[in-house]
Amino acid sequence: MIDWFAIIMGSTLFLLMIPMVYRIWVGPTPFDRMLAVNVIGTKTAVLLVIIGTLFDRVDMFVDFAIAYALLNFVSAIVVSRYLNRTISLREMEEREKAKGAKV
Amino acid sequence: MIESMGVLRVVAEAVDAGGGIVPFQIIGFVLAVVGLVFFLGTSVGMVRFPDFYTRMHAAGKGDSLSTMLILSGFALITMEDFSLGSWLLFVKIMGIVLFIYITSPTSSHALMRAAFEDDEMPLEEKDLNKPSKVKK
Repeated sequence: MIDWFAIIMGSTLFLLMIPMVYRIWVGPTPFDRMLAVNVIGTKTAVLLVIIGTLFDRVDMFVDFAIAYALLNFVSAIVVSRYLNRTISLREMEEREKAKGAKV
Repeated sequence: MIESMGVLRVVAEAVDAGGGIVPFQIIGFVLAVVGLVFFLGTSVGMVRFPDFYTRMHAAGKGDSLSTMLILSGFALITMEDFSLGSWLLFVKIMGIVLFIYITSPTSSHALMRAAFEDDEMPLEEKDLNKPSKVKK
């Protein structure tokens, strides 16, 4: 009963991740891609707990899930800071060039 | 193990009657399925919404709530006997739930702030009339 529930739950979760892959593929901005990667990472932590239920070793897989959730959060923060800073610097240079051309 | 605790006599009788399914686990099944419905809403919104901020609206709320519901459901499902090891497992999974509850809105906020400072403007009403803009 619990095994079948875990199998159906995990495969449905995996099938519902496919639209996120579509959003990574076509996403117009880098932020869309990063958002979809963040959602997939969070769901992978859930999927690890489900796999642990399937193998009757939840006590081992829960630690993996904790590490994965932490890594996912850190990567989201770091990538958002990186995109913000680089694009802002480029924008600042372009604005300075435009200002110099106008004067 | 269950019979020795005394307080949970009703639960032990339900285990004997229901062939190994505790009422806790039925609550866990219901929570996990409700979380799956919320995740369905998230994935439909990520595909169908026209703008980055509306997609953020779908992903930020539905993702964190569905993760918390599914993890709480599986924390109740894995609670087979009320021994010390299963309590430790329950507390660990609830720790993941607390961590997601704090960090998922934070990362959504950081991404949205980065997009806003990158001059990513929200979709306006006059943009909806142009079909090429909506198609993206």
